[in-house]
Amino acid sequence: MGSTNSTLLKIPNVEVLMQETGFSPAHIIRLHDRFKALDKEGRGHLCPHDFGAIKELAMNPIGDRIIGAFFSPGKETVDFHTFVKILAHFRPVDKDRPKEPNSPEPINSRSNKLKFAFQLYDQDKDGKISRDELLQVLRAMLGMQVTDEQLESIADRTIQEADLDRDDTISFEEFRKSLEKINIDHKMSIRFLR
Amino acid sequence: MNFENDCRFKRKLTKRGNCNTLSHQGLQDKQAEQNSVKDSYTTHNESVFQNPHHQQEENLTGLPIVTFKWHHVETPYLVIIWVFVAGLAKLSVVELNHHVISVVPESGLLIILGFILGGIVWGADRAQTFKLLPPTFFYYLLPQIILDASYFMPNKLFFSNLGAILIYAIFGTCWNAATVGLSLWGCYEAGVMGNLDIGLLQFLLFGSLIAAVDPVAVIAVFEEVHVNEVLFILVFGESLLNDGVTVVLYNVFDAFVALGGPRIDAAEIFKGIFSFVVVAFGGSFLGIGFAILLSLLTRCTKHIQIIEAGFVFVVGYLAYLTAEMLSLSAILSITFCGICCQKYVNANMDEKSVTTVRHAMKLLANGSETMIFLFLGVTAIDTEIWVWNTGFILLTLLFVFIYRIIGTFLFTWMLNKFRLVPIEVIDQVVMSYGGLRGAVAYGLAALLDEDKIPEKNLMISTTLIVVYFTVILQGITMKPLVQWLKVKRAAHSDLKLIEKLNNRAFDHILAAVEDICGRIGDNWWTRGWNRFEENYISWLLMKPKARKNRDYLFSIFHKLNLEDAINYVSEGERQGSLAFSRSDEAANVDFKKQFGSEFADVMPNIMVDMSNYELGIEHFSVTSIVKDTIPSVSLDIHGQDRKNAMDDINAHHLLQQHLYRSRKHQHRHKYSRSHFSINQNEDEVQEIFQRTMRSRLESFKSTKMGVNPAKKITKHHKKELTHKMPNGHPDGTGHLYGDEEVEGLCVFLPHLIEAGIENPVFLPDMDSPTHSPPWLMETEAVAPSQRAQRRLPWTPNRLRRLAPMRISTCSTDSFLMADVSLTLEEHEEHSQTDHVEM
Repeated sequence: MGSTNSTLLKIPNVEVLMQETGFSPAHIIRLHDRFKALDKEGRGHLCPHDFGAIKELAMNPIGDRIIGAFFSPGKETVDFHTFVKILAHFRPVDKDRPKEPNSPEPINSRSNKLKFAFQLYDQDKDGKISRDELLQVLRAMLGMQVTDEQLESIADRTIQEADLDRDDTISFEEFRKSLEKINIDHKMSIRFLR
Repeated sequence: MNFENDCRFKRKLTKRGNCNTLSHQGLQDKQAEQNSVKDSYTTHNESVFQNPHHQQEENLTGLPIVTFKWHHVETPYLVIIWVFVAGLAKLSVVELNHHVISVVPESGLLIILGFILGGIVWGADRAQTFKLLPPTFFYYLLPQIILDASYFMPNKLFFSNLGAILIYAIFGTCWNAATVGLSLWGCYEAGVMGNLDIGLLQFLLFGSLIAAVDPVAVIAVFEEVHVNEVLFILVFGESLLNDGVTVVLYNVFDAFVALGGPRIDAAEIFKGIFSFVVVAFGGSFLGIGFAILLSLLTRCTKHIQIIEAGFVFVVGYLAYLTAEMLSLSAILSITFCGICCQKYVNANMDEKSVTTVRHAMKLLANGSETMIFLFLGVTAIDTEIWVWNTGFILLTLLFVFIYRIIGTFLFTWMLNKFRLVPIEVIDQVVMSYGGLRGAVAYGLAALLDEDKIPEKNLMISTTLIVVYFTVILQGITMKPLVQWLKVKRAAHSDLKLIEKLNNRAFDHILAAVEDICGRIGDNWWTRGWNRFEENYISWLLMKPKARKNRDYLFSIFHKLNLEDAINYVSEGERQGSLAFSRSDEAANVDFKKQFGSEFADVMPNIMVDMSNYELGIEHFSVTSIVKDTIPSVSLDIHGQDRKNAMDDINAHHLLQQHLYRSRKHQHRHKYSRSHFSINQNEDEVQEIFQRTMRSRLESFKSTKMGVNPAKKITKHHKKELTHKMPNGHPDGTGHLYGDEEVEGLCVFLPHLIEAGIENPVFLPDMDSPTHSPPWLMETEAVAPSQRAQRRLPWTPNRLRRLAPMRISTCSTDSFLMADVSLTLEEHEEHSQTDHVEM
């Protein structure tokens, strides 16, 4: 336990971080180790190219966007706190934990998970997924066999399905509604982060 | 011969030695029928293999004109009579369920009906001459049910819950067997059951045969309840796999019983456990082997499409029998054969063969299931097997029930420590309550050797009572229980592209986050497997053609598009406002109702005649379809009817062949036995899709080459003949109406679009020889959905360009051709007269 505590103590404001994210000390330590491993130059923060060094991530069709999600607009670095907070989106929802009525919405709530997915599409951060933005993601995710025309019709169709106010874009509200039937807790959670 | 052994086996089993049991199999399936025809049984004791022909020749005194040769056909005849009766029983039960009560599940009703039928037989014969015999059950009735269940297994769901399923199936079953056996033995030792000749090992043997939840019973009951899919797959997967486990367990204990108590030492027990593992896994791997064989086989059956569907059944059955021969678990073998081959077989085989397999599989499985439940009832009406021992029977019922609950909660509690989404308490209750026992337990009980187990009949009667209790009582109460507990039902959802798209995105996100966290998680494994599967297994087992072009999202999109097309057609037909016409030159769509309501203010006098249109669609399509010229549809339906009685017949024929059925049922469980509505329209959908695509390509070509396709979407109304609308055809292209002089016709395309003809490209086209893949299409070629169309600024020109409609002279559809040529010839004259009349 001694080493555990000493590692924890090295992280500033670790208590707050744990409370915000719901991660256990073990998780924090593990993530901290990972953070340090990614931060090869030991600057205490990560740059996009640190993420780019992860081999599998480079093969991920939407890897750039996921990396991009770690960096708030205009910033080129991400510190450990933000790093953990982003990853906390993927902590499974714990039903046993009693809900405090006036506590803020946990990071891993359904709507926050969805927000994370939403912002991967919404690159210009205007709160709406436009047809172009959707097309870009589709192009990344679909295989080579699909032509541009097909992609466009798929994009059109997808927008129609979600687009309730007929503005040819998907707002977050529409996004949330269209995915109502999906078990987001299941699809956007990673077991080892429990 | 298989069948001979079978018969001797039965004779030995039933210990009756008399003719009746031997011959009245009553339960053979098709395979058996073939065998039995070959063997041509007599019912007499003297010789099973005696040929009735000899008898006849000896007694011949003159040339008989007609002879009554009952013995000649007796066995197959009785078999088929029972099949027939079972069919009728199913029919009556289903009807009863639909119209009178839906309280009792079908399986329960069939058993009850079986009681009645058994009573009739017993009343006639004073003995039960028909009963469910284990070989019949295990060789002819069970395999296709298991194959069906596994072949239609939702694989993704199954494998993502495989851990839980295996825990329940292996440990749950062992738990049930051990606890029930031991508790019964304990009670017996305590003297509750009086004097019985059963030892500990026999109790354990009994425990093992009663332990397994029966897939047949489970499917039958759960199919009607529609619980959520995770719960369903847990119960169903467990029941499927634990059958294998229970048979293995049964065999081990059977061997122990044969060995006798004193000779069992640690080494033997170890051997028992080892054989358990070997038998279970050996069977599974054998099944996977056969699945690979089957997949490879279907890769090269391109030229024998007619029989390629048969391979699925033959190889599946072969997997079962081979495992049986090697004394491996036959049930597990056929299960894994079905589960593993489905993807590749479906991709390799022709679309039609896939449909054939689907239907034939459901037919066989449903038939067997009916027979099994019916004969579970019939078998009961027999004084010979009933031995009553209150203590034994009631305690068995109690223990079976209680230990199932305890076991479920115990293992779920353990599982929930690891599951991402824990299994809820309510679901656990339903799972424990869904522990239905069925025919497998009975089959195993009937297989018991009376020499080794003196109380065999007591065990059979107890098993039967447990089966009746669980299937009928628990089956009846299942639905109310599920409702009362508010169990999460199967989400009744439409397929949505955005959901699929995001599911794909979520997968990528999770995989990326796992990479960022630097840990190997579930998604890492899934991704690794998928990659391996795609690169190597698919490469090996799938046709190159099938491998291409199977992007998941695109196929979903494709499917949705077709659905839209079908909905569009069926909606139009339902409202009776949309008549499709087809002829070689012209396509006509009629939107009488929408048109009428939209233009009511413009042309009030039309509305007067609208009442005539109540029965419009039939007459309209009928009369207009057969014309080779532009049909000038008359409001005077009856007039046309009189003229074109012959046309109508032909047109009906055409219509019946070419109109698509609507999709009424939303999809349910894919693994549903008796409903397979989910992909019901796949063929049609394919066809529509191809037609649409072809027609678009045609139009594309023709517009490029400057050729005007002879294809119109026109709107005909008699009133319009004299009432030319100011907002008729915008660019006034007269040629739109084809070669015929139909001056008066107006086209209200802009209105039509609003009125519901959003997607004219869905107009059915005749087959054309060019087979154009979708990716060769122009930009608009991939049909935007209905809603998109509504908002796109369609001009009539574009519509026309998109939807050419022609009967190709090189049509591959011979029926169509026959029809078309017929109608063309016949109605050349009619069309002339039509115009005169108008």
